[in-house]
Amino acid sequence: MKILVCISNVPDTTAKINFTDGDTKFDTNGVQFVINPNDEFGLTRAMWFKEKQQATVHVATVGDASVEPTMRKALAIGADEAIRINANPSDGFFVASQLAEVAKNGAYDLVIGGRESIDYNGGMVPGILASLLDMNFVNACISLEIDGNNATAIREIDGGKETLSTNLPLVIGGQKGLVAESDLRIPNMRGIMMARKKTLSVVEPIDANSTTKDTKFEKPAAKGAVKLVDNVDDLINLLHNEAKVI
Amino acid sequence: MKPDLFEAPDYYNLDELLSEEHKLVRDAARQWVKRDISPIIEEYAQKAEFPNQIIKGLAEIGAFGPYIPTEYGGAGLDQISYGIIMQEIERGDSGVRSTASVQSSLVMYPIFQYGTEAQRKKYLPKLASGQLMGCFGLTEPNHGSNPNGMETKFKDMGDHYLLNGAKLWISNSPFADIAVVWAKNEEGRIHGLIVERGMEGFSTPETHNKWSLRASATGELIFNNVCVPKENLLPGKNGLGAPLGCLDSARYGISWGAIGAAMDCYNTALRYAKERVQFGKPIAAFQLQQKKLAEMITEITKAQLLAFRLGQLKNEGKATSAQISMAKRNNVDMALKIAREARQILGGMGITGEYSIMRHMMNLESVITYEGTHDIHLLITGADITGIAAFQ
Repeated sequence: MKILVCISNVPDTTAKINFTDGDTKFDTNGVQFVINPNDEFGLTRAMWFKEKQQATVHVATVGDASVEPTMRKALAIGADEAIRINANPSDGFFVASQLAEVAKNGAYDLVIGGRESIDYNGGMVPGILASLLDMNFVNACISLEIDGNNATAIREIDGGKETLSTNLPLVIGGQKGLVAESDLRIPNMRGIMMARKKTLSVVEPIDANSTTKDTKFEKPAAKGAVKLVDNVDDLINLLHNEAKVI
Repeated sequence: MKPDLFEAPDYYNLDELLSEEHKLVRDAARQWVKRDISPIIEEYAQKAEFPNQIIKGLAEIGAFGPYIPTEYGGAGLDQISYGIIMQEIERGDSGVRSTASVQSSLVMYPIFQYGTEAQRKKYLPKLASGQLMGCFGLTEPNHGSNPNGMETKFKDMGDHYLLNGAKLWISNSPFADIAVVWAKNEEGRIHGLIVERGMEGFSTPETHNKWSLRASATGELIFNNVCVPKENLLPGKNGLGAPLGCLDSARYGISWGAIGAAMDCYNTALRYAKERVQFGKPIAAFQLQQKKLAEMITEITKAQLLAFRLGQLKNEGKATSAQISMAKRNNVDMALKIAREARQILGGMGITGEYSIMRHMMNLESVITYEGTHDIHLLITGADITGIAAFQ
């Protein structure tokens, strides 16, 4: 089985978020980048298929050279090969188009992406990718078993779970549950050393248009000061007359 | 114990000097400490118990012999990576770092450097995987700063050596499977011997009631007519220079490790000072607290630069013992002073197990004493610059 894990390079969840250029660009200054958590669940599940079912695992990312440390980490965790598509990941359609090209060329049986990236939260790449590749698709996937050409996937639905049976080739939009949080791997030192020798190839993007463009970012309004009150009457008065919520 | 909110200070953008691989190593070790050490360490330190379960984790992240070549089970990393791993582990606890230091620099290093190929193959892969744990016996009850005066000795009995003597203040001794022991032969020459648990006459009583390195196991090594097979002698080097070579490696690691402890104390104190309000404003707004914090970050930054440059010299095989002494002495002293100042900033909260500072402070009292005391390292620098040794 040949697996492609699509990885997005996203700011660490603890990063302080700011914007530049008149609130049109994300300020990367001092921000540490990590593997998108939803992608990391997929990567870890792919490692399981590698170890238990002798799968080959490649990872792909759309980005400039600054994303390579994140890809190197994926190699240190155990991916066999990495492919960087040398372009700015401008929007979901563009990214999916680039990944689709890599996926086609590599003839993968299974393509795993995160359900959404935690930076722009577009949530569209796996779906567009499946459509461009004309492959079966399971989104919000929280469990995946493969037996030969057959796949059993469980997806999260509103208030419950849905079990699906489908066939390879398959695109998965993964999330927490594909593996447990405690299964996520810290690369070990030997893995880091071996990552040095693994292939990280750079391919040029194909022609594809971005269908959307960022025009402005806004942060949520800052939290107001806390007002301490001494008794319930004052509290009700404030909720009624000032906050106007009751 | 509060959640681990540690953020590493990097005032002079030292990250820019690190390779992509160094940063991967650092992030992996940091992530492991946050996940596996921070949540449990306070409890084990309070109980004065070594957390045995971390041996597997230390081995998995490659903290045992990171610079030992991969053919012997190590990770084959450079010296800066080794330093970074020690820094991150000691950020969690000096006792845990001590366990890793001893295994790497005082057990694996001498077997790798002075051992036979058969000894390397027999021991190193198992030491790297944590399947075997080791300890290092140099210090004796009557010989601390002057190891050359050691009384432990061995006799050639034809088909084996007969070892007698005692060693004290031995990290890992209570659970170690093997000990690299330094003893004099009949001519008074120091040699290294690998002594295995289970050899008759060899015992390892634990040292109790420590106020420092409480989450690390310390003990004695007692040799009472122990028959050591001849193939267990390390043939590659003899004389005091052999154990001192190991100490150079361990002291180098400590010079990085101490930075980790200092960073944790500083970061905790900085966060606390910004949150703790007195007289209507955060205590970080007061000049006396700012002075403490500003001096801390200055000293940490200096120590980081010292350790980094020493790492470059180590990588090139050019670091001298005296240079290593200077870094060990300066950085441990820096860390201990920062721990004390940070404790002051936290006031009464600083003495509780809610915060890591007091544990670091107590640990560092050992670190400033072991592997060459603060005073002896000063005299090593003195001897190096004047050409006159003041300790002989």
